[in-house]
Amino acid sequence: MLKIGRSHYEALRQHGEETYPHECCGVLLGRMDGDGRVVTSIARCGNTREDSPQNRYNIDPKELIRIQREAHERGEDIVGFYHSHPDHPPRWSPTDLAEAHWLGCSYVITSVEKGKAVTTNSFELAGSDENVKTFVDEKIEVV
Amino acid sequence: MTKIHIPTPLRQYAGKQADITVKAGTVAEALSELVSKHPDLRRHLYTEDGKLRSFVNVYLNDEDVRYLQKEATPVKDSDTISIVPSIAGGCSGLRIL
Repeated sequence: MLKIGRSHYEALRQHGEETYPHECCGVLLGRMDGDGRVVTSIARCGNTREDSPQNRYNIDPKELIRIQREAHERGEDIVGFYHSHPDHPPRWSPTDLAEAHWLGCSYVITSVEKGKAVTTNSFELAGSDENVKTFVDEKIEVV
Repeated sequence: MTKIHIPTPLRQYAGKQADITVKAGTVAEALSELVSKHPDLRRHLYTEDGKLRSFVNVYLNDEDVRYLQKEATPVKDSDTISIVPSIAGGCSGLRIL
């Protein structure tokens, strides 16, 4: 399960509306909580896939290092990532799975249809290593 | 001693530590020391033929070592090595709504 405050939930959805028709992306920060995760802040990122931003995203590791450092100072950890699917379903694609490597973290996807955020889903990247990884649906609890 | 920052998904293989200090002269030596201390990390960082996995980015402070001297990049005591798995994806491959 992914617990997230209403303001952060709405903010990540709004990010997708702002970048439409391109994919938005960002980082979920917080703490692990048993088998789930609690989000206490989010950090917007730039999408470095300027060649295909309408259906691909990539976060610059250098940006992530900065976000991670700042989060660490606040006592937070990286617990997942979010991105949007412009005019595409709010579920993981083969590309999403192939390029996901943060096992045990949440991947949140929002469908943005004609500029409006519609559905937001979350998936835990499960598995013990790259060869057996899979996305598992997880509930989002907006608090 | 050089600090190596361990990403969240790999901490369970590093004694649940977020940062590990090692004594090393290069990035290669630092990573070698790391997997020597925590052997379970090896398969997550390296392929079977001993190469760093393509999605594993290694930064020395704020620089990608690919653009420095790769794993031969020298390190100092005040340096931090960050291991950062790639974050990417996209709706490519899904049917349009």
